[in-house]
Amino acid sequence: MTEWIISILLLIGGSFVLVGSIGLVKMPDFYMRLHGPTKATTLGMASLLTAAMVFFSTTQAGFSVKEILISLFLLLTAPVSGYMMIKSAIHHKLESIERTQGKDNIEDDV
Amino acid sequence: MRIEAKFKWLPTPLRSLLLFLVWLLLNNSVSAGHIVLAVILAIVIPLATSPFRTKQPLILKPGLALRHLMLVLYDIITANVQVAILILGPNNKLTPGFVKVPLDLTQSLPITILASTVSLTPGTVSAEVYPWAESLTEGEEPEERFLLIHVLDLKDEQALINTIKQRYEAPLKEIFQC
Amino acid sequence: MLETVILIVFAMIGVSLLLNIWRLLIGPSVPDRILALDTMYINTIALIILYGMSSGTTLYFEAALLIAMLGFVSTVAVCKYLLRGDIIE
Repeated sequence: MTEWIISILLLIGGSFVLVGSIGLVKMPDFYMRLHGPTKATTLGMASLLTAAMVFFSTTQAGFSVKEILISLFLLLTAPVSGYMMIKSAIHHKLESIERTQGKDNIEDDV
Repeated sequence: MRIEAKFKWLPTPLRSLLLFLVWLLLNNSVSAGHIVLAVILAIVIPLATSPFRTKQPLILKPGLALRHLMLVLYDIITANVQVAILILGPNNKLTPGFVKVPLDLTQSLPITILASTVSLTPGTVSAEVYPWAESLTEGEEPEERFLLIHVLDLKDEQALINTIKQRYEAPLKEIFQC
Repeated sequence: MLETVILIVFAMIGVSLLLNIWRLLIGPSVPDRILALDTMYINTIALIILYGMSSGTTLYFEAALLIAMLGFVSTVAVCKYLLRGDIIE
């Protein structure tokens, strides 16, 4: 039974990580590429780490909780690094694709 | 809005709790020795770092904060599924856009939390807080603040702004009482 | 069964690392390359955890935590350099 849970969590996590990387390659401009890695990978990593937690809690003596720390850390840092990257992209005035709406909302920086 | 905690020896109660929990999680044990060490660290580190800490508002309603956290976690899961579907779908159908959301919050900590939740929830990444901090003189308060966000698939701008304001900003205002 | 699933997920992570390297090579701009590197860090953590699971030791979690911290700090430092031409002003 636990083997099934671990397998399903692993497959979900692996496919989310893969989808994040597919988004990184497939999207046409930088701002759209950012969405894949910042979001899809957080849930992917969270379910991979949950699978590892269940695996080590059932196969080894004692309860393994260090994985929670890693997934919390990733969850907290993903928006911060995404913010820094989009900030530097705006600073360097990267082109967004033509059908992007509301481009005039971007203000020039000092 | 309150900035100072009740006890002088415990300047940031929640950070102390976090340090305590992180130490126990890192060592993966709840033996007496580790608990004593964790308590010492949780009291000494905030005291030692308090001189160079910028004062931030305290969380005044922990129960509401917990409920908001649960809501955000639920939204993160649905957001990931939505974004995965959008990424795997055809590129031509996506209509990206930049949206400016007016903010009612004024303190930097609540704005940071709001920007992070916006980054983690459906199809939006927060990009910038206007006006620029560098363009303001020291101590000057801007009349109105905006959060610039990039949306992966923009359908209805006004509906999106209303969702962000009601779903994520209103609870934060209540939690920090500002 | 679990061994097979772990092998399949190994292959998935490997493919996503290759996709990241593709983006790292073709660019076209510097922030794109930073984004690819940041994603590679996260995928490497996944790879290490899977390796720990297949060899049955929890020893690798320390390494995973360290890589997560280094990846975050280096991403922020490189972005800060792009923004201001200086890491600490």
